[in-house]
Amino acid sequence: MSQSLSSVAVHNVGLEQQRRSDRRRLIFQLVLLALALAAPFVIYPVFLMKVLCFALFAVAFNLLLGYVGLLSFGHAAFLSTGGYTTGYLLTTYSGLTPELGILAGTATATMLGLVFGLIAIRRQGIYFAMITLALAQLVFFFYVQSDFTRGEDGLHGIPRGNLFGVISLQDNLSMYYFVLAIFVLGFALVQRTINSPFGYVLKAIKENEARTTSLGYNTDHYKLVAFVISAALAGLAGSVKTIVFQLASLTDAHWHMSGEVVLMTLLGGVGTLLGPVIGAAFVVSLEHQLAQGPLGDWVNVILGGIFVICVLAFRAGIVGEVQKFMKKNFN
Amino acid sequence: MKMIKKTLVAAIASTLMAGGAQATISDNEIRIGYLADMSGMYRDLAGPNGLEALRMAVEDFGGEVNGARITVVSADDRNSPDVASSTVRQWVESDGVDMVAGLVASSVSIAATRILEQSNRLGIVSGSAASSITNEHCTANHIHYVYDTYPLAHGTAKAVVDEGGDDWFILTADYAFGHALEGDVRSVVEANGGKVSQAVRHPFPTSDFSSFILQAQTSGSNVVALANAGSDTINAITTAGEFGLTQSGQTLAALLLFLNDVHALGVETAQGIQLTTGWYWDMDDDARAWADRFYERTNVRPSMVQAGIYSSTMHYLNAVKEAGTDEAQAVRAQMIATPINDMFAKGGYIREDGRMVHDMYLAEVKKPAESTGEWDLYKIIRTIPGDQAYRPLSESQCKLVNN
Repeated sequence: MSQSLSSVAVHNVGLEQQRRSDRRRLIFQLVLLALALAAPFVIYPVFLMKVLCFALFAVAFNLLLGYVGLLSFGHAAFLSTGGYTTGYLLTTYSGLTPELGILAGTATATMLGLVFGLIAIRRQGIYFAMITLALAQLVFFFYVQSDFTRGEDGLHGIPRGNLFGVISLQDNLSMYYFVLAIFVLGFALVQRTINSPFGYVLKAIKENEARTTSLGYNTDHYKLVAFVISAALAGLAGSVKTIVFQLASLTDAHWHMSGEVVLMTLLGGVGTLLGPVIGAAFVVSLEHQLAQGPLGDWVNVILGGIFVICVLAFRAGIVGEVQKFMKKNFN
Repeated sequence: MKMIKKTLVAAIASTLMAGGAQATISDNEIRIGYLADMSGMYRDLAGPNGLEALRMAVEDFGGEVNGARITVVSADDRNSPDVASSTVRQWVESDGVDMVAGLVASSVSIAATRILEQSNRLGIVSGSAASSITNEHCTANHIHYVYDTYPLAHGTAKAVVDEGGDDWFILTADYAFGHALEGDVRSVVEANGGKVSQAVRHPFPTSDFSSFILQAQTSGSNVVALANAGSDTINAITTAGEFGLTQSGQTLAALLLFLNDVHALGVETAQGIQLTTGWYWDMDDDARAWADRFYERTNVRPSMVQAGIYSSTMHYLNAVKEAGTDEAQAVRAQMIATPINDMFAKGGYIREDGRMVHDMYLAEVKKPAESTGEWDLYKIIRTIPGDQAYRPLSESQCKLVNN
């Protein structure tokens, strides 16, 4: 009797702690949101939009790598598919509103994610990475050859249009808040996913797939759903990016882009919610700063060096290390 | 007190007057942005040395126009239209940049000129090859200065057919750019009485060209043309060099090949290749004199793109001076109205579609025995007059041309 009472008490304490940390996180996220709302008045909005697009892309990628343990080396395919679909539709059908274009781009990327997922999740580890890379290369060659992508030149002059046919997105500020809203939705979706029972099964698969199978879960099914969600969000990021920059090009389909998102996620902190966001902001601003400075020729070398140092010394990434530090000193 | 008031009034009045006199040049400063690949595969074509050429032009001009200071900013585009687009946007929207120079990869140039069109600033494209930049992608806010694929394909093909090369084997990179180039070459060869007996497509990119070059050697054609670019062209030429293609009597024609590529390949490998160029540092006294000054600063000989950056910047600054304003349309009109006679071009002129028309040159890479130095690479075989080299306005799809 007393034993069961105390276990209830322990359980309650655990719940209380959980609730408190949830509240703390909520406050923290609200502060971040307030900062994001004020940011365009201090920092150049187009730059911020670029950061948000890549952050969403990295968040989508992190859902796979950080929470299911699947290293996809083909995420550029989803980014570019979202971008090209949206870009092509918006330039071809002038009556189309941007949100419909984005929906269509995201839907196409989701379908592609389903195809990739069905083929790739049958294998683990390096084989999984190589299959996704190979499929992404197929997609790249398709875009190089197709007429509708205009090959090397890319699609240009894609209209930003009017949101819901009413709000003009030509103004950078309204465009920024639209992108921010999409980013917050995408981020919330990932947060909800990993904190759901579904997300716990994903983490279990990451820790020990054989054991999860033995507990009666169909792991392939879970992995496939996670893969499709990730592909959809990557496609969403690509669609939004296309509207922001009014162009879609082969850069997004190239395997460099798949590598860049790995870099962003690892630098920021894989398996943390905020890590990819910080990582994306860090990489994009570094590239931006270096490109304009006297060290312009050295961008690749410097990024490579930082990556090596990070992997050798700060395995958990920026956010991961900060979390470790907080836990050690303030708990 | 009265004294102070007087000086204050005088000071304010003089500032206002100075402001009034310069009101036509925005912020009383001419800002030039240099956007190019500084770290990737086109680094040697324009890159940091192109920025040096731009700085030379600003210095030679005296650093100011009608009392307005000239400042130069630069950025690496990483060959990415995204980077180009965000950089140029920031330049025009918050840094007040008046003109963007450099512009190498065609996707970068198109992205940049779209933004310049929206914000009514000026761009001078020096590095890009795509002829679409003054065709379907033309805007009233940019000028394409140095060369494009039209004279490269037409110039080389016509000249080679005229020299007796009537049976062609074309090796094409299998994507839109390669197909377009192949189509251009085919039409010119056939129009001039030659024939294309075989066209083979290779995947993009390819590193091993052995089988393609062997196929070309056994084809019996007397001309082997490379309708590809960048590393594909270099790899194909290297392989052709190893198999002794030109030594065995076939002519190798490269459609997109630059001085820095030939320098990297060396005359041993590249000898005998025919190509079209917009400028060559050793082609006349003016060019040589400028190239010598450039060499002193950079230790390399300038490519046609770098020379074009210098020449176009000079032309731009002169136009700003003449027009007395930095407003894009007025400056562009002035640039179109003034012919270009300098170290880069003689009798060059800018058309309404933004194409700068000037003479092009058919060159052949020298044999090792003929070459007297590291940079003594080309001999100019003939001049292709500008009005024959570039796409005639009657074929233009540019929205600025009434067809």
